[in-house]
Amino acid sequence: MARSTGTLRKATTTLVAWVIALAIFFPILWTVLTGFKTEAEAIASPPSLFFFDWTLDNFVIVQERSDYFRHFMNSVIISVGSTLLGLVIAIPAAWSMAFVPTKRTRHLLMWMLSTRMLPPVGVLVPIYLIFRDAGLLDTRTGLVIVLTLINLPIIVWMLYTYFREIPGEILEAARMDGATTGAEIVHVLVPMAVPGIASTLLLNIILAWNEAFWTLNLTAAGAAPLTAFIASYSSPEGLFYAKLSAASTLAIAPILILGWFRQKQLVRGLTFGAVK
Amino acid sequence: MGQIRLKAVSKSFGDVEVIPPLDLEIGDGEFVVFVGPSGCGKSTLLRLIAGLEDATSGCIEIDDVDATILAPAKRRLAMVFQSYALYPHMTVRANMAFPLRMAGIERDERKKKVEAAARVLNLTEYLDRRPGQLSGGQRQRVAIGRAIVREPAAFLFDEPLSNLDAALRVNMRLEISELHRNLATTMIYVTHDQVEAMTMAEKIVVLQGGRIEQVGSPLDLYHAPCNVFVAGFIGSPRMNFISGAEAARHGASTIGIRPEHLAISNEEGTWQGRVGIAEHLGSETFLHVHLAEDQGTFTVRAGGDVDLGHDETVHLTPDASRIHRFDAVGQRLA
Amino acid sequence: MPTQHSRVTARLMMTPAVLLLLGWMLVPLGLTLYFSLLRYNLLMPGMEQWTGLDNYRYFLTDPAFLDALRNTLLLVGGVLVITITGGVLLALLLDQAFWGRGIVRLLMIAPFFIMPTVSALVWKNMFMNPVTGLLAHAAKVVGLEPFDFLAVAPLFSIILMVSWQWLPFATLILLTALQSLDSEQLEASEMDGANSLDRFIFIVLPHLARAITVVILIQTIFLLSIFAEILVTTNGGPGTASTNLTFQIYALSLLQFDVGGGAAGGVIAIILANIVAIFLMRMIGRNLDA
Repeated sequence: MARSTGTLRKATTTLVAWVIALAIFFPILWTVLTGFKTEAEAIASPPSLFFFDWTLDNFVIVQERSDYFRHFMNSVIISVGSTLLGLVIAIPAAWSMAFVPTKRTRHLLMWMLSTRMLPPVGVLVPIYLIFRDAGLLDTRTGLVIVLTLINLPIIVWMLYTYFREIPGEILEAARMDGATTGAEIVHVLVPMAVPGIASTLLLNIILAWNEAFWTLNLTAAGAAPLTAFIASYSSPEGLFYAKLSAASTLAIAPILILGWFRQKQLVRGLTFGAVK
Repeated sequence: MGQIRLKAVSKSFGDVEVIPPLDLEIGDGEFVVFVGPSGCGKSTLLRLIAGLEDATSGCIEIDDVDATILAPAKRRLAMVFQSYALYPHMTVRANMAFPLRMAGIERDERKKKVEAAARVLNLTEYLDRRPGQLSGGQRQRVAIGRAIVREPAAFLFDEPLSNLDAALRVNMRLEISELHRNLATTMIYVTHDQVEAMTMAEKIVVLQGGRIEQVGSPLDLYHAPCNVFVAGFIGSPRMNFISGAEAARHGASTIGIRPEHLAISNEEGTWQGRVGIAEHLGSETFLHVHLAEDQGTFTVRAGGDVDLGHDETVHLTPDASRIHRFDAVGQRLA
Repeated sequence: MPTQHSRVTARLMMTPAVLLLLGWMLVPLGLTLYFSLLRYNLLMPGMEQWTGLDNYRYFLTDPAFLDALRNTLLLVGGVLVITITGGVLLALLLDQAFWGRGIVRLLMIAPFFIMPTVSALVWKNMFMNPVTGLLAHAAKVVGLEPFDFLAVAPLFSIILMVSWQWLPFATLILLTALQSLDSEQLEASEMDGANSLDRFIFIVLPHLARAITVVILIQTIFLLSIFAEILVTTNGGPGTASTNLTFQIYALSLLQFDVGGGAAGGVIAIILANIVAIFLMRMIGRNLDA
């Protein structure tokens, strides 16, 4: 809806938009900046936005005292692992639904989605007990399993909507050319769907990275990812603002950057294709 | 070898029978065109032969072997799709080599075959490009190249020229005909364009509503269409039809006469009419003549320099030997 | 229409996904239902016994349940009102021409990527703390008493935090929907004499209706399950002032070890979520054919 507008109007809009955007972004900016302050400066009154003695001490302390890196690796393994596992299971399923649809495909898709809408707390008790008895509590394996199952419907859905945009004729051509179903998927479908698969991958890593119900309830010290690591700052360490900020910055930075890269594809994934 | 025989093959989608049982024989090395209006089942028929659809009943034989339940890849058929269906992420070379790769052929052998095919199709200098960097005509040639390298028993073409502009279409038509002459391999070609059918085919199969209306050489169909539908479909501009008393005079319920078999005169003739629109093509002129007594509008093909104005009264005389006579259900009368 | 052979392949390829999700759904759901009919406390192992619907009776008649239900509705409703209203306004703003659109968009979307525990802790300590929080500083600067957000208005504070996280989601989706509006439609209505308010009411809003519904439904699904924000800020308190249904069931199951009661609560939470889910599925399903 681009229309030519007057410069004055454009300038006003620019000002308003930037003020609002900065206000919304401010808590994040403030957290990042505080991470570079000393504890004294962090609670100084009046607070200082940029003019303080920048220091990296907090980051060092966060790593030394609470072993940030181990939690970071837990987050990486859990989010990337569950997403990759989900993709391996979902790609064949999405291929089937997109290219060999039947009367039941629609119901199947809806049913899959409905499992995602199950409130986690509704099944907390049995999952907790099953995990306890299977020795999966506080293990990365356990969390990878749960997060794979939770995000599988979203992965199938996203892939399905992307696959549907690939013309079936190309897959038929591969079939005529002697490709088996496996070869058809590996050599033709997947390379053609790379952008869609990448979006699916990243959105699901983001969702898994930030998942905070199962990660909080099923882990203790051993497999705790960053969500649980940060939660351990709730008290009393939370009053050490500089360290809390440094830890928070480290926890959100990777995913924020990843999210910024893929923001365009986000809408489609998050609305299951209902808004493009 | 590439002999294909359909025996009582039918296809239904759910309760809808799109192709009632039909028989068809395609000889080795023949160039056969399936033609008909959209929705006539011609593409479905091709896909049945390709194995991309299951026949609901009947049997498909390729070189006397029952292929009805064979997977597409096992039928030794190559297909050129309407959208070309090139693999966008592969180079031209990789596209053409793909069927060979799937067949497990050695790299050196693949290279040799792809390069040979590329020479035939003038694609050598484009081998390392991707389909997205090629023009429509070049993509079409890559799709043909991908089909050629396999040395299939038969080629299947599914409206391959419909995405090209008019000038290119004429060129590609010639190239495909030329290819058929050189390879002498069976080709089955689906189109809705009767001009393509007439110019390329050795044998035309006219389809309507999933049924075969007529099978024959282009000139057979032109000279002796077996019913009103074929008569109207083959030939451009369309055949003129007239029924009622005029037809009855020839002992038929409908008679048809092609635009090129009508003589036009200012003075006298069998039918009288007024000139409507005149389309001047230079080499010839198509006149739309409104017949008197509301008997309809005839298209007449006249010379390029004919000078007849709008609303002028003219007389038309058919070439009596070229009148096609049809009975009440539209079948040709001998 | 595919061949018989490809249909068989397709069924095989779907099997792992379908079986896994079926197991994920049926096993825990079945167990939840089963536990909900037992008197079962983890502190008293081996004492499980059949109690019929007692757990449901206790859960539903517990005054804490009504509080939790009210808090859940307030939380979901409050966040929806703030994010939808804000989202529509921001989407309209972002749709205008101005300098630095790309960067503004990035800044506005950022809160959505922040993990709930970080967002909750940052808000709780660095902004809402009545002594050292930034909002307290700000209040002092303009001469007001600092406000102890989480003690005085815990639920409202959580609504603010969660709204901050979800506002970008609503904005982004509504902006995408807005950009798909055909500009010729707006020009036509302008030719027909509609002013900008008319255009908003008669053209833009109806166009956004579908996207707004989607936002409402999807957010509701997620908001019903808000947990981490409560856990790290108020722990449901003071009292039950900020306990929602999810948190109440969590506390019952894993803090009081009342598996039976927790399971009964879980069944009720599932029923409530399903009511929303049915509407959401209809919306998405309609899109499937389009």
